[in-house]
Amino acid sequence: MNRIGWRIIPILFFLLLSVLLWRGLSLDPHTLPSVQVGKILPAFALPELIHPEKIFKSNQIPQQVVLLNVWASWCAACVDEQVFMMELSRKGVPVYGLNYKDNADDAIKWLEQWGNPYKVIVQDSQGKTAIDLGVYGAPETFIIDKKGLIRYRHAGIMSQKVWADEMAPLMKQLDNNG
Amino acid sequence: MIAELGLFFLIFALLASMMLAVVPLLGLQFQRPCWQDTAKTYVIWQFSFIAIAYLCLTSCFLLDDFSIVYVVNNSSIALPWFYKLCAVWGGHEGSMLLWVAILSFWMILVAFFSSSLDKEMYTRVLVVLGWLSIGFILFLLTTSNPFLRQFQVLNTQGRDLNPLLQDPGFLFHPPMLYMGYVGFSVAFAFAIAALWSGKVEASWSKWTRPWTLAAWCCLTAGITLGSWWAYRELGWGGWWFWDPVENASFMPWLVGTALLHSLAVTEQRQQFKAWTMLLAIAAFSLSLIGTFLVRSGVLTSVHAFAVDPQRGMYILGFLLIVIGGSLVLFLFRAQTLQTQTSPGLVSRESALLLNNVFLVVIMLTVLMGTVYPLLIDGLGLGKLSVGAPYFNAVFVPLMIPMLLLMGIGVHLKWNADKGRQVFLRLNKTFILSLVLPPLLLITTGSELDFSVLLGLTLALWVILSTLNALYKKIAERGLSGVGQSYWGMVLAHCGVAATVIGISVSTAYGIQDDVQMNPGKTFNLAGYAIQFIKQTALQGPNYKGTRTEFSISDGSTIKTIYPEKRLYNIGQMAMTESAIDVTPFRDIYVALGEPLNDNSWSVRLYYKPFVRWIWSGGFMILAGGFCALTDRRYYQKRRVAATRGIRV
Amino acid sequence: MRKYLIAIIFFSCWSPHFVFANSLYPLDSAKKNAQFSYLLKNLRCLVCQNQDLADSNAELAKDLRQRVYELVKEGKSDSEIGDYLTSRYGDFILFKPPVKAATLLLWFGPLLFLLSGFIIFWRTCFKRVSYE
Repeated sequence: MNRIGWRIIPILFFLLLSVLLWRGLSLDPHTLPSVQVGKILPAFALPELIHPEKIFKSNQIPQQVVLLNVWASWCAACVDEQVFMMELSRKGVPVYGLNYKDNADDAIKWLEQWGNPYKVIVQDSQGKTAIDLGVYGAPETFIIDKKGLIRYRHAGIMSQKVWADEMAPLMKQLDNNG
Repeated sequence: MIAELGLFFLIFALLASMMLAVVPLLGLQFQRPCWQDTAKTYVIWQFSFIAIAYLCLTSCFLLDDFSIVYVVNNSSIALPWFYKLCAVWGGHEGSMLLWVAILSFWMILVAFFSSSLDKEMYTRVLVVLGWLSIGFILFLLTTSNPFLRQFQVLNTQGRDLNPLLQDPGFLFHPPMLYMGYVGFSVAFAFAIAALWSGKVEASWSKWTRPWTLAAWCCLTAGITLGSWWAYRELGWGGWWFWDPVENASFMPWLVGTALLHSLAVTEQRQQFKAWTMLLAIAAFSLSLIGTFLVRSGVLTSVHAFAVDPQRGMYILGFLLIVIGGSLVLFLFRAQTLQTQTSPGLVSRESALLLNNVFLVVIMLTVLMGTVYPLLIDGLGLGKLSVGAPYFNAVFVPLMIPMLLLMGIGVHLKWNADKGRQVFLRLNKTFILSLVLPPLLLITTGSELDFSVLLGLTLALWVILSTLNALYKKIAERGLSGVGQSYWGMVLAHCGVAATVIGISVSTAYGIQDDVQMNPGKTFNLAGYAIQFIKQTALQGPNYKGTRTEFSISDGSTIKTIYPEKRLYNIGQMAMTESAIDVTPFRDIYVALGEPLNDNSWSVRLYYKPFVRWIWSGGFMILAGGFCALTDRRYYQKRRVAATRGIRV
Repeated sequence: MRKYLIAIIFFSCWSPHFVFANSLYPLDSAKKNAQFSYLLKNLRCLVCQNQDLADSNAELAKDLRQRVYELVKEGKSDSEIGDYLTSRYGDFILFKPPVKAATLLLWFGPLLFLLSGFIIFWRTCFKRVSYE
C-alpha cells in the first residue's frame, strides 16, 4: 500500500477542485458587494432636480436612518421598482434620490409618469458622486444610518423580498440603536 | 416534425451507446468473443443516429422553424444561409449536440482504423468511449434538449445569431476546438483501457500517439484560429486575453503537448508509463473541466454560454464520475507501470521530463489563476479579478527556461549524455543567439528593448539549435534517414520560435492611437499616412450602418481598406468591423469607435509589427504535428506487436 | 539558475513598451501617456464581461476613463489612483490582484508548483544514482 505514495496527489487535487467548483455553483460572479459599507457617506453638494438653483449638501440629510436610491429615466429596471418605492415612502420611510447621469427634463417627466417618492432628489449628471459611492449601475439603494455611515447597498431592483429579508430588519435595528 | 425526428434519433443514439457500453463489456467479462465483436456495429449505429439528429437540427435552422426554442434564439429570417449552418452551434444546446456528433465521429474513426489492434484492447477502448457517450447524450436529453418547442411566439423574425459570431471565423473555430477537446477522449480511452486490463503493451504508446497527435493538431488549429479571429473581429487589436474560456482551451493543449512528449519517451524507451497515463487522463479531464467552466455560469467570461446551475450540477457530477473514477483507477493500477531503471540526469528522457514538468506547472498556474476568484469568493473573502496582467506576469518567467530547454533537449542522446559534450556542441549556437538580435535591431534602426532582445534571443536559440540538430542528423543518416516525425518536430519547434518572435516584437514595438477623424483628415502613424477618405451608408442582409474608406500610404504605395460600423437590426447591437492592411512584417489596423458629432468618428489606429508571425507560428506547429501524424511507421501493419500483452 | 532569477527581477518591473497615444485624452508628457494607457489596461470594466477600461464602451467605463484621466493629469501615482478606485469598488476593479494575505497562494503558487516539479524530476532522475 505504501507504493501508492505520490499517486494519490492527483485525485486529492481533483477532489479539492470539485469542492471549489461545487461551491462556485451557488455563488454569483456578477454581483459585486459594496466596499463602502461601514464607511461614511461621501460628501457631495449637488443641485436639486426640482429646484436646480438650490444646492443640496450631503450633510443636510437629517440624522435619521434613510434610504438613498440611485435611479435614472433611461433605466428600465427603475420603473419596476418605482411602485415599491412609492409604497415605502407612503409608509413613512425617508427616501432620497440620486438622479444618475440623466437629463433633467427627462427625469422630471419620468417622475410625473411613475410617481415621486423622494424627499429630495439630487442631480448627478456627470456621475462623479456615483463613482464615489461605488455605483456601477442603476438602480441601487443604500441604507444610511443616523451617523451618516453607509450600512447596506443593494444593487438591482428593490423588491418586497429584499426589503423584508434584508433591509427592513436592518433599518429597524439601526433606528433602535440610536 | 423534423425536430421530433431529431429527438427520436437522439434517443436511439442513447440506446446504441448503452448497448455499446454493456454488451461488449459483458463479452469481456464472460469471455464471449462474439459479444465483443458487436462493439463496432453499435458504434456505427450511434454515429448514424447522431448524424441524423444533427442534420435534423440543421434543417430546422435552414427552414427557419421558429417554433423550436433553440432556433428562435440563435437565428433569424434574414441571417445568411451559411451563418444559419454555423448558428447550429451558436448556443449551448446545439454546441453540445455538435460535441456528441464529433465524439461519435472519433469513435467511428477508432472503430475503423484500429482493426489490427489487439481485440480485447479494441473492445475496451470502444466500451470506455461508449460510457462517455452515454454521459453526454443523457446530458443533452435531460438538461439541454435542442429540440424543445415553444408555441407562444410564432410570428417573429427570430432573435438572431449574436453579431460577434457572424463572421467566417465562426465556421472553423468551434468545430476545430471541439475536434481537439473530444479527440483527447481517445487517448483517455486508451489509457483507461490499459489501466483496466492491468497491462500496458509495448505497442500501447505506438497506438495512442497518432490519436493524440490528431486531437492535438485540431486543438492547435482551433486555438490559433480563435486568436486570429478575435484579433480581426473584436476591434481591440488584442489576440489573447487570458479569458477563462481561452484558458479552458489552453490547458488541455499544454497537457496534450506534454502527453505527446511523454509518449515519445514511452515509445522509444518504455519509460514514464505512469506519467503518460496520468497525462492522458489529465488532457481529457481538462477538456471536461473547461466545458464545466464555460457552461455553468461559475465564471464571468465574454465567451460563456447562457448560465444554468442545473447544467453545472450535472456536468460536475459527470466530472466526478469520469475524472474521479479514472484517477482512482490510476491510483490502484499504476503501480504495475513502474520501471526500475532511471535515465541519467543529462539525457533526452530527463530533458523531456523536465519539459513536461514546466508544461504541467504552467497548466496548474493557469488553472489556479482562472479559479482563484472563485476560491476567494467561496471563502467569503470578497471579490477579486485575476486578469491578463497576472497571467502575463507569471507565464513569461515560466516560458523562458522552457525555451532554453527546448534548444538543449533536441541535442541530447537517449539514456545518458555527457554535459560537457552538450556544451561543446551548443556553445557556438548560444553565442550566436545572444549576438544576432542586437545586431538585427541596430541594423533595422529599432530601439533596443529588453523584452524584444530576450524574445529574439530565445527564439533564435530554439531555431538555430533545432536546425543544428537537423543538420547533424542528416549528416549522420542522410536525408532519407530523417523520419517524417523528425521533420514534424523541427517544424513545430520553429513554429514556437516564430510565435515568440511575433509576440515580443508586436508587443514591444506596437503603436496605438485613439483619434478623432472626419472625411479628408490624415493622421500619421509609424511613418504611414492614414487618411479617412469618405463614408457611405451601408445596408446588409440583417444589418445597416456605415462603411468608411481609409487609405494607407507609406510614401510609395497606397492601399485602401474599408472599416465598417454595423448596427444589427434585431437586437440593435453595434459592431465594429475593423479593417486591416496585412503584410508579413506588419499590420495596420483601423477600427471605428463611436460617431462623434459633426460628422467625425473616434477611430482607433494600430501599427502592429510582426503580429502575423504569431499565427504563422501556430500554423507551423500545426503543420509539424500533421507531418508527424502522417509518418508512415504508424501505418505499417506489422511492426506493431499487438497480440500479447507484456505484464510489467 | 542565475539567468532565471535575473529574468524574474526584470519581469516584475517590466511594463509593456507599447506606445500609446490618445488624442481624445491629451496628456502633456509621454510618461503620463504611458501611465494612462497602463492603468486603462489594468482596470476592469465593472459592467462588462471581462473587458478592461481601455476597450469597453459602457457608460460607466467612459466615466471611469474620464476620472482616471483627470487623476493622471493631476499627477497622481499608480498606487494612489489604484487606492482611489479600490476604496470605491474593491479589489475587483484591478485586473492584477494585489499581493496581500489572501493572494499569497496566487502569487507564490507557481513557484510552489515549480519546486514540487523539480523535486519530482530530481527523484525520478536520481534513482539510478542511488542504485549504483
